[in-house]
Amino acid sequence: MSDTVTFTIDGKEVSADKGTSLLMAARSLGIDIPTLCHHDELADFGACRLCIVEIDKGGWKKIVTSCLYPVEDGLSVETESEKVIRHRRTILELLRARWSEMPRELIEKYQVPEDRMETESTFCVMCGLCVRHCSERKGANVLGFVGRGTERQVVAHEEPALKYCRDCAAENGMECLAVCPTGVVVNDFALSPPHMTPKGTKARPVRARDNENQEEVNKLIGD
Amino acid sequence: MLETMGKVEEIIALNDNDKERLIQILLELQKEFRWLSREVLERVGKKLDVPINHIYSLVTFYSHFSLVPKGRHVMSVCVGTACHVRGAERLLDSVASAVKCKPGCTTSDEKFSLDTVNCLGACALGPVMVADGEYMSNPTPDEISRKVESCE
Ligand code: SF4
Ligand code: FES
Ligand code: FES
Repeated sequence: MSDTVTFTIDGKEVSADKGTSLLMAARSLGIDIPTLCHHDELADFGACRLCIVEIDKGGWKKIVTSCLYPVEDGLSVETESEKVIRHRRTILELLRARWSEMPRELIEKYQVPEDRMETESTFCVMCGLCVRHCSERKGANVLGFVGRGTERQVVAHEEPALKYCRDCAAENGMECLAVCPTGVVVNDFALSPPHMTPKGTKARPVRARDNENQEEVNKLIGD
Repeated sequence: MLETMGKVEEIIALNDNDKERLIQILLELQKEFRWLSREVLERVGKKLDVPINHIYSLVTFYSHFSLVPKGRHVMSVCVGTACHVRGAERLLDSVASAVKCKPGCTTSDEKFSLDTVNCLGACALGPVMVADGEYMSNPTPDEISRKVESCE
């Protein structure tokens, strides 16, 4: 009894196992919530913020990320309230500033305004899927984040890369590339993974690897 | 080098080889050596069985950790909004000329490092700087040079 909780979602009363995330509960009911950084086999991360929903807890309303928020007794959840849509539109707009090829359906569904923001298509939206895939599922720990804020980026660490990438790629064909939602754990990484390049850099950027970017990474990691 | 690693092992052992205490260990190492070298971080990773990608994402996240050698005396000048308005730039200039070092850099004799920070939570005292842990509110050039001269 105590292991299930009852709550409402989009007006329907439902129950779910304790510990389930709102996202999984909604999906099992066929309610579609867009996500970018969620993967069924990886730990949730809360990076993309696309999965936000509005919850009402005893009269207090707030916006939460459904992938991280566990179901709770008496909660009332709205997955597409006016506020959710408004916020999601802005989130999409920000994401698109880094990812010009964002799927049209999303842009159209949420009527994301075009051209309000300066764009710089680095293609990395910091979802962390490649990082989590490499660490959690492969245990290789080659990919990782460095830096913070606008400096944050994904890098490949040399030492584990030399140890694992060759075999992993031969076996599975670089799964870390396939898991990237923008489809581009950047082309450069795909063309010359760390085990194919001469030793020298301790960590290298995964997105566009120009000299400037490499310098930035070296500075970040103190090499 | 040997000595350094001995100290690293010691600090880790004092923390019961506990990877939950990773941040605490790194803080202690930062305090001990004034920076965290790659060798030190690799040793910590091996000892605690924490992967290197995790350690680097952590130490590059918190600005308290330094991955390049720091001076024996650290001067931090606040350039947060309130201090900026109250003349942080002038303060920064005078500290820079007193320690003969550009912001973000360390002098070649490793005596001083000059950093900028974004709000020390003491806006009412602005422009504020912290010299070796001592908060100084709107110090005059004289006060700054006295402080600098008192540094060994
Ligand atoms: S490279 Fe791709 S998978 Fe990795 S964090 Fe960036 S967007 Fe996500
Ligand atoms: S799926 Fe929840 S934040 Fe990305
Ligand atoms: S802005 Fe300098 S202390 Fe707040």
